[in-house]
Amino acid sequence: MRFSVSDTAIDVAAARQAVTDNHCGALVVFEGWIRDHNEGQEVERLEYEVYRPVAEKEGAKIIDEAIARFAVSHAICIHREGLLELGDCAVIVCVSSAHRGAAFDACRYIIDQTKTRLPIWKKEHYVTGVSEWVNCEQCASAVHAHGVHKHE
Amino acid sequence: MNVRVRYFALFRDQAGCASEAVDWPGGTAARLFQMMAEKHPALQNQAAALVAINDEMSDWETALNDGDEVLFFPPVAGG
Repeated sequence: MRFSVSDTAIDVAAARQAVTDNHCGALVVFEGWIRDHNEGQEVERLEYEVYRPVAEKEGAKIIDEAIARFAVSHAICIHREGLLELGDCAVIVCVSSAHRGAAFDACRYIIDQTKTRLPIWKKEHYVTGVSEWVNCEQCASAVHAHGVHKHE
Repeated sequence: MNVRVRYFALFRDQAGCASEAVDWPGGTAARLFQMMAEKHPALQNQAAALVAINDEMSDWETALNDGDEVLFFPPVAGG
């Protein structure tokens, strides 16, 4: 499965292995980790809600688009759901291709599209005991800039 | 006609329920959101939200049919 959702820890070595190919001279990996702060708040843990029926379908489309657009050989993305602790890997993207340029571009495309198109939400739990749903980063930056952000 | 609306994440909190059946007079997904926002005043920000119909991503101008399941996705935040 090129795009998948996991409720257990992501096996990074297995994800890399899945895109291994002797025709490829480049492997680009992006890992998104749970960090201890956001928007000035101290984060204790994070909870991902995923609506799998649509996320898996749209996620597969994103991978197909990346492979077609950048002509890379292989690409996969695995996203976590459930409760995650600081330092946990929340998402991994692995792309392999003959040369590095296309792999970097495809990897960037996949993570950017994943953040804005898939029905995935995160709730941050702060050290203060408060928890809050987080807006997508494009929405947040648009609000800060007093602009309007449209999901496409 | 009847449709079912499902709420996720922030929208579920704002609507106070995960889903509900709606006696549907006809119209677009945007109209359904507007109707539900009148019922649940905390529901807002349709402009930044996404909509899916029967598990397919759709758009707010799509007309709803009898029996449709309409999914209201608040601003997403994967990664």
